[in-house]
Amino acid sequence: MGDRAESAAEVEKVVTVVLPPALLALFPVASREVVLQARTVGGLIAGLDRRWPGMRDRLCDSTPRVRRHINIVVAGQRAALDTPLPEGARVYVLTAISGG
Amino acid sequence: MTRVLILIGTKKGAFILESDASRHAWELKGPFCATWPIQHVVADPATGTIYGAGGNSWFGGAIWKSTDRGATWTHSSAGLAYGEGEEPIVAAWSLAVGSDGLYAGVEPAGLFKSTDGGETWAHVSGLRDHPSREHWQPGGGGLILHAIVPHPDDANKIWVGISSAGVFHSADGGTTWEPRNRGTRADFNPEDQRYPELGQCVHSLVLAPGGSDRLYQQNHCGMYRSDDGGKQWASIEAGLPSTFGFPAAAHPRDPETLYLAPLNGDIQGRFMPEAKAAVWRTRDGGASWTALRNGLPQKDAYFGVLRQALATDRLDPAGVYFGTGGGALFASADEGESWSCLAQHLPAISSVETLVVDD
Repeated sequence: MGDRAESAAEVEKVVTVVLPPALLALFPVASREVVLQARTVGGLIAGLDRRWPGMRDRLCDSTPRVRRHINIVVAGQRAALDTPLPEGARVYVLTAISGG
Repeated sequence: MTRVLILIGTKKGAFILESDASRHAWELKGPFCATWPIQHVVADPATGTIYGAGGNSWFGGAIWKSTDRGATWTHSSAGLAYGEGEEPIVAAWSLAVGSDGLYAGVEPAGLFKSTDGGETWAHVSGLRDHPSREHWQPGGGGLILHAIVPHPDDANKIWVGISSAGVFHSADGGTTWEPRNRGTRADFNPEDQRYPELGQCVHSLVLAPGGSDRLYQQNHCGMYRSDDGGKQWASIEAGLPSTFGFPAAAHPRDPETLYLAPLNGDIQGRFMPEAKAAVWRTRDGGASWTALRNGLPQKDAYFGVLRQALATDRLDPAGVYFGTGGGALFASADEGESWSCLAQHLPAISSVETLVVDD
């Protein structure tokens, strides 16, 4: 039972990621929405980086963690790199209110 | 045909002013770099490639790059990172083109090098391995590596300035480093600790032309010259209106000529002295100074010039340029004898550098 639950968690989920305009300005070939398969937010960001090299550095620092002023929202909650992804989720990458 | 480019880093992007060799009619382009705060913009004179160092509160630090004089830009921070668990890099603060690669200084203070034109970066880890690192204290702008001076002919020799750890030198390409602060003051220390081995608040560091080891330094506490690569510094502040300022700019050919922009003092607003703008020039290695004011505002000039915002070009006579915290760019095409304002309403200017290209 435990083994089955663990293997289920390791199955990649199909999710839709919505990227913010400020990030798209840095990656002109990237699209506003992209469908990816990943198990966790960290896996999702790795998938984004494979498609558009360098995108991981914009979303994560070297700690590693999601950057302080980036919000990645999964199922209505701010997520961390190890947050699991539900099948069919719509994941929002958001830039926090910041600036001057 | 010769083109002159003024490369401007600002709080909201990079800009470029471009002219022909007469330096009379300038065209402004920008903002570039996605309006990120850009601390320093430099160019490789051999290739014309322009690089911008910056960092954005959302997306962290990166080095921007344009190979077409600003028309298009890319960015990279591949390898521009410390190890997992260390305090991450906030922003890139400084750039310098060395004889064997491109250097970048970052916050928190560290040095990186690229040998593929800014596409990927490698940590010059010897600097942060220095046993003094635990004592490095941040200055007002953070713990930043803001000055990088590679020797133009000897790839092994490099100097850096860290606020407020002081000047460090490597003679072996960055493997080992030693402090080079002897003779520079730390007025903010207790009276019996005013000349420490390190911890001085260096603001700007430049190498004089001509192939010697002559360095000039604007410090939080005085202006200095060294004729031996920083082993010993001597004050050159006599004759200047204050001991405080941020930038220093060397002449392109004359090692005796230096430009400074002294401000009224570190606790007095850091404005132009008496609110009258002037760049100060020495022609004799700092023994005497002349205020250059012709064309600069002489009333109500409540602005400062930041550490990387004063530069010369390589033409003859040399052009001199500076940008203000209020977003104005002033230029002289005659070595500082007369000035004009080329832009009045840019974002706060962090840096000014030049590129002269011959098409």
